[in-house]
Amino acid sequence: MRSNRYAVRTRLFSYLIERRAVFWTVVLTIALVALVCVSAGVGSLWISPVEVLRGAFGFGDDATRTVLYSFRLPRAAMSVLAGACLAASGALLQSVSRNPLASPDMIGVTGGAAAAGVASLVLTGGAIGLTGLSLSAIGGAVAVAALLFALAWKGGVSPLRLVLIGVALQTAAGSLSSFMIILSPTYLATQAFTWLTGSVYGSSWNNVGALLPWAAGFGLVAWMLSRKANVHELGEDVAASVGSRVSRERSALIAISAALAGAAVSQVGAIGFIGLMAPHMARRLVGPAFGAVLPVSACIGAMLLLIADTLGRTAFPPNDIPAGVFTAAVGAPFFVYLLLRRKGK
Amino acid sequence: MKKPFGLLACVVLLCGFGFLSIAYGSRSIDLYTVWQAFAAFDGTSADHLIVRNTRLPRTLVAAAVGAALAVSGAIMQTVTRNPLASPSIFGVNSGAALCIIVAISVLSIDSQSQFIWAAFLGAALAAGAAYGLGSVGRGGGSPVNITLAGAAVTAFASSITQGIMLVNGRSFDQIIFWLVGSVAGREMPMLLPVLPFLAIGAIVCFALAAPLNTLALGEDVARGLGQRVGAVKLGAAAAVVLLAGSSVAVAGPIAFVGIVVPHIARFVAGRDHRWLLPYSALLGSVLLLGADVIARFVAMPNELPVGVVTALIGVPFFVWVARRDVHAK
Repeated sequence: MRSNRYAVRTRLFSYLIERRAVFWTVVLTIALVALVCVSAGVGSLWISPVEVLRGAFGFGDDATRTVLYSFRLPRAAMSVLAGACLAASGALLQSVSRNPLASPDMIGVTGGAAAAGVASLVLTGGAIGLTGLSLSAIGGAVAVAALLFALAWKGGVSPLRLVLIGVALQTAAGSLSSFMIILSPTYLATQAFTWLTGSVYGSSWNNVGALLPWAAGFGLVAWMLSRKANVHELGEDVAASVGSRVSRERSALIAISAALAGAAVSQVGAIGFIGLMAPHMARRLVGPAFGAVLPVSACIGAMLLLIADTLGRTAFPPNDIPAGVFTAAVGAPFFVYLLLRRKGK
Repeated sequence: MKKPFGLLACVVLLCGFGFLSIAYGSRSIDLYTVWQAFAAFDGTSADHLIVRNTRLPRTLVAAAVGAALAVSGAIMQTVTRNPLASPSIFGVNSGAALCIIVAISVLSIDSQSQFIWAAFLGAALAAGAAYGLGSVGRGGGSPVNITLAGAAVTAFASSITQGIMLVNGRSFDQIIFWLVGSVAGREMPMLLPVLPFLAIGAIVCFALAAPLNTLALGEDVARGLGQRVGAVKLGAAAAVVLLAGSSVAVAGPIAFVGIVVPHIARFVAGRDHRWLLPYSALLGSVLLLGADVIARFVAMPNELPVGVVTALIGVPFFVWVARRDVHAK
């Protein structure tokens, strides 16, 4: 076993890197880049992947470069970033709650981010800037996570209560969002509603720039904490007996998970099911060790959202179907599969 | 003797809330005028017209929908042995809403009577999906799995619903107001087509009261006592679909009434379904009427959809139930 791992030790953290995880991360990253090339190429103007690559590095003709730089590449980059954030958030939640069916969109984190985002959009009459929207969405996500934690607390947080109460919070947050949409003028309502469904439509480099620091920052922290997450998966008693301060670490991990989901929702809206699906696919590839699951799920999440958006953009022209619809269409059957498989045990 | 008395008290409470709902709103109307609107109707009086054409239908819709949701919640909680079961948590409401949206925008159906069939279909599919998935395998499903399956059904249905609405873009305001659950602006012609189905659903429920008592002892016991468990469950499912489907067709997916009321009713009336179901029906009407009156006053001059108010009342309640850990068996 030892020979399959590399150890990285610093004073702050130590890390065992599995070869299998490195292998799959590299493979998936290459696949992701290829997917970005294809995705940026399809559309009303077809650009071959080779042209996309050339265009991305500043070669090729002006028209192609304009289409790529102004429209397709920022949109693809946004899909990749947001998908990765949602997937990482789901991976964290699943390991902390020890419930393979948990994900940010089921237990209210996404809903809280969405409600806060809609609130800031509506209350400022649409004048809120990108940074403001990100901040309020992240705030909403973290607030719901804190509320969830407080409500589920009863001499400790049982994963079961966490999930049940989360489902209720998700419903409540959803109806609050709808309420604010109803009370706002039509032009704002349409804007807020589109955003709620989850769409990468119209993403610009500004959006990408707004998400990138959050994604990178929290992603890195999550990865550094992954050994702690591993311990949590063994269960509360084991975690406590090996010296883990269970509740404190649990809340830290949930907060990071909420911040990641909130950051993604602030840019692309309440996209569901990616946080649920990606970690499962990742575990299939690299096994349960969290340090491996996290980067691999992030890659898979990025690919899922990119595929969903590419489909939404091209499947029913001239309609641009929000990516959230496709992730739901694929995600629900996957959820069913997970439930059934869980029963089999 | 206490239970019939309590039931009478509920009826009185219902009448009181009914009156509140007819009399108060952006324009308050005194008791005498309300009485006159029925006893000596004057077509030139604005107050009389408001009472008869706006407030009365709205009140009747709220009462009917509240009762239907509460009773279906009570039945679902018994059959699934899950204290958190209710039409909104199991995705039944969102399923019905999805099918109605599909009927409106894809199939271009716009008659109220056909909405009902779409709503029934959606309610049945969603209930079947959530319950079926939750109970596959040995020993039946655990509450947390059925609840999560319901959440997934809800997420799925509402994403698709929103997608269809965005692509279609037709009568956006109308549909979204309906989607969050509201009884505002409902007229008699919207209630009448669903009344027969509500009645059938109610009759099936009350016919099932005694068998449900037996089923509540556990499936094995019920089977041992000679009950055809499958038939009872099928009847219960049909009743839930009729009641929840009808209420969604009229008022949209209103959350949390179905979970809150049965617990209160059980607290007041005990576990005997012959009492529990009528208590649930009356208290459900009272709750929704009360929530609707609140909804008119909170955001004056605008109105909240009543679904928002029930969600805000319902969540603390849900949390309380979830924290009691009765489900953790």
